[in-house]
Amino acid sequence: MHTETQETKTSLFLPEVGTEGKKVRIYFDGQPLDVPDDVSVASALLMSGVRTFRLTPISGSARAPYCMMGVCFECLVEIDGRPSRQSCLTQVRDGMVVQHQEGASALNLQSAES
Amino acid sequence: MATGVELFDLLVIGAGPAGLSAAIEARSFGLSVAVLDEQRRVGGQIYRAIEESSSRRRQVLGPDYAAGAKLAQDFAACGAVHLGGAAVWNVDKGKTVSYLLDGGSRKIQGRSLVLASGAMERPFPVPGWTLPGVMGAGAAQILYKSSGAIPTEPVVLAGCGPLLLLLAQQYLDAGVKIKALIHTTGTGDYLRAAPHVLGALRGWKDLSKGSRMLKKIRSHGVQTFTGASAFAIEGAEKAESITFTHNGQRKRVEASLVLLHQGVVPNTQLSWSLRAEHRWDEQQLCWIPVTDACGQIEETGIYIAGDSRGIVGAKASACQGRLAGLAIANQLNALPPETFRGREQAIQDEISTHTQIRPFLDTLYRPQDMHRIPVNDEVTVCRCEEVKAGQIKKYVEVGCLGPNQTKAFGRCGMGPCQGRLCGLTVTEIIASERKVSPQEVGYYRIRPPIKPITLGELASFE
Amino acid sequence: MSSNETIVVGGGLVGAAIAYGIAKSGGPVTLLDQGDVAHRASRGNFGLVWLQSKGAGFPRYSRWSRDAVDHWSPLADELRKLTGVDVDLQQNGGFWIGFSEKEVAEREAMLAKINADGRTPFEMLDHQALKVRLPAIGPKVAGGSWCPLDGHANPLKLLHALHAGIKALGGRICSGVDVGEVRSLGEGRGFQARSSDGRQWSGAKIVLAAGLSNSILAPQLGLHAPVVPKRGQVLITERLKKFLPHPTNKARQTAEGTVQLGFSAEDVGLDDGTTVEAIESIAKRAVVTFPILSSVKLVRAWGSLRVLTPDGSPIYQESSKYPGAFTATSHSGVSLAGSHAYEIAPWIAGVKPAPDGIGEFAGERFLDPNRKFSSAY
Repeated sequence: MHTETQETKTSLFLPEVGTEGKKVRIYFDGQPLDVPDDVSVASALLMSGVRTFRLTPISGSARAPYCMMGVCFECLVEIDGRPSRQSCLTQVRDGMVVQHQEGASALNLQSAES
Repeated sequence: MATGVELFDLLVIGAGPAGLSAAIEARSFGLSVAVLDEQRRVGGQIYRAIEESSSRRRQVLGPDYAAGAKLAQDFAACGAVHLGGAAVWNVDKGKTVSYLLDGGSRKIQGRSLVLASGAMERPFPVPGWTLPGVMGAGAAQILYKSSGAIPTEPVVLAGCGPLLLLLAQQYLDAGVKIKALIHTTGTGDYLRAAPHVLGALRGWKDLSKGSRMLKKIRSHGVQTFTGASAFAIEGAEKAESITFTHNGQRKRVEASLVLLHQGVVPNTQLSWSLRAEHRWDEQQLCWIPVTDACGQIEETGIYIAGDSRGIVGAKASACQGRLAGLAIANQLNALPPETFRGREQAIQDEISTHTQIRPFLDTLYRPQDMHRIPVNDEVTVCRCEEVKAGQIKKYVEVGCLGPNQTKAFGRCGMGPCQGRLCGLTVTEIIASERKVSPQEVGYYRIRPPIKPITLGELASFE
Repeated sequence: MSSNETIVVGGGLVGAAIAYGIAKSGGPVTLLDQGDVAHRASRGNFGLVWLQSKGAGFPRYSRWSRDAVDHWSPLADELRKLTGVDVDLQQNGGFWIGFSEKEVAEREAMLAKINADGRTPFEMLDHQALKVRLPAIGPKVAGGSWCPLDGHANPLKLLHALHAGIKALGGRICSGVDVGEVRSLGEGRGFQARSSDGRQWSGAKIVLAAGLSNSILAPQLGLHAPVVPKRGQVLITERLKKFLPHPTNKARQTAEGTVQLGFSAEDVGLDDGTTVEAIESIAKRAVVTFPILSSVKLVRAWGSLRVLTPDGSPIYQESSKYPGAFTATSHSGVSLAGSHAYEIAPWIAGVKPAPDGIGEFAGERFLDPNRKFSSAY
């Protein structure tokens, strides 16, 4: 029904057999993940066993994608240094660095140039 | 009108069945058309990823999904400009659309506009609905359409509505194990829907489709509960089980993935932001923008077509799109009036046929009161700002008459989703507390940006 | 009708603060508010508790603003104890930001003039000095002015707290009321307010604090309150981790972490919508002031109608034709909240004498053909 590896053992979702295609490598919280090259970041993370995408700014509660179509804003993660990106609307890219969003967006005071 | 901004006869926002159909129709009369959508590829949500889908996937998803392929092909051939990945952040009454594309803010101008932003899943405010591992059934369907991903463990589907049953069937066809189908629809719903069955029978194709789905699900031996209520999802940091009331007893099913669904509702951010009048529809339990028979808001040259004008389904949405395209071509004098009238009537007749089953479906699959208006004060209503049902009720006690006041008092509706997931709930809670109609309570004041956009992106427009 | 009842028309920041003060003084008070559909200038208030640059050319107003600063902290404490609502008051100084040497020099001259009595201290800062205090400042900022007495608060929480406070002290609030008519019931017989749906309220005294509606209500009781709407568009960002420790005149970080950015000043009648031009212009200015805001998301933009008098200073007046009828209006409903509660309200309630020099705030000043006014926007 689907291919399974060590790291994806706890994934809630996996691609069904027959969908294997080109892969790209992205990083989530430092961990390398090999994911299909034509999916959204949210899909890629869900298929890689990621359960918590962010902690809310107010209570630090764990959240994960809910609507998969860009209306719920639960899938927010930091992508390539930019906080609060909707991962369900962003396509994966080779070398992409993704971090879970911890609370409110952090600003990098060092980057004086936008 | 701003200089240096490209002008089209028609701008369409939304590349689902309604938007694509409006574009194709308008193009057939020689109008210049541009279609914008946040997604990079066409199809909206119902035909999500239709262009890249494999034959295997189309088989699993069924003929209704596969039908989108022709629409996508016709659109690709019609000569409209397609702006995929364009997040619209403002539309003004002058029909200037501001959007975000490739990291910069841009503007585009239309002589006319079709808003076709479709539908979204109705929020499902029950205890634990914010836990990781809880998603919409429609969300899971999008996940499958766009990446071929299916659940790894036996999954729970809970709620009501045709999409829930469709997903169950699709999952079974894909070899997914369904742990339980927990239906709120029960005998009472069938009795209440019975008076509408004549209309449903006129739409007999749709009705037989539904019964075939149920038969298939049962034949797979899926544990099914009907007439269920009072859902609650339990778990420490993620979903672990769902509890519900069934036949007077409290029951529990363990699951790490719970897919909730209780119908879809129009996506009305754009129509509210234009300050169009909306009326509360007690049958569909949502806000419907007020338009003329062809979907025009007052005399603005701005049309609404498809599910964002009221839930009508994919086929009727496509018809409404064609109707809007036709009406706009008429407004811009691109066809003789007799042609317009004849074609308008034909499309209206088609729409009638496709929507005959709606009163039956809306009544049969009516979401339960307690799943829309939380009884438990601890239920999170505003997910973004973590505002609970009890807090909203308190604000009403202090004197808040409507959602803009509760927003001011408690930040409910002020988060990044801009009220999309809490708006209906808040309006209904206030109406219930005040014992007045939702119409009287009103809705959030929707303001730009329609989608969040960074300050740098805004500052980049020259 | 109680022989002592005061009717306050208008439940915005000005009316609510006055009604609160009256309730505190023990007098029965009824507040009439439009409710969810009101223009609600409070929504457009930037939230500054501001002193620097107030009252240029109007020393009594400068003094009034200075006293208001001292009233704020007691008001915030009192409201928190009484209602549980924390209005997020922070009063540890604020900055005005300038983008050219000329602008900064003009600012210095104005502030020096206002500070003739030494009660409105300020400090001028060049780019280097400003950068030490606000590290996030961008290279194009020329300098600024600092006032240690400036601060900010949450306008909507303040409104909530005042409403809750009025009720807690035994006052009455009627919501969903649109008052179109006010009249005297005769000498010694009090006043009446009438709503558009025919309901009526009577009281021994009446206070017109109805924002833009004051311009049509005031003349009905022999008062002059020529207020006009001035739209301000405001932007608010997503929540951010703390980076801005003090408010500035056009950007402040709220207690929730969101950054509020302003603002425009437009004459567009009663249109409280937004324009793409203003949103882009405010965003540009924000990014020039604090370049790190470039990657920050705008979550909402809104327009709101300030209630502006021709000189930008308040109107407080008791009607000479109809004693017992008052009018009060100011666009600085946050900055002056404490003065409205602790000086204007007791005067209206009759438990304290009128603030000295209150005559300078009379609405008739705008009828003087020899005076010119500019509203400092």
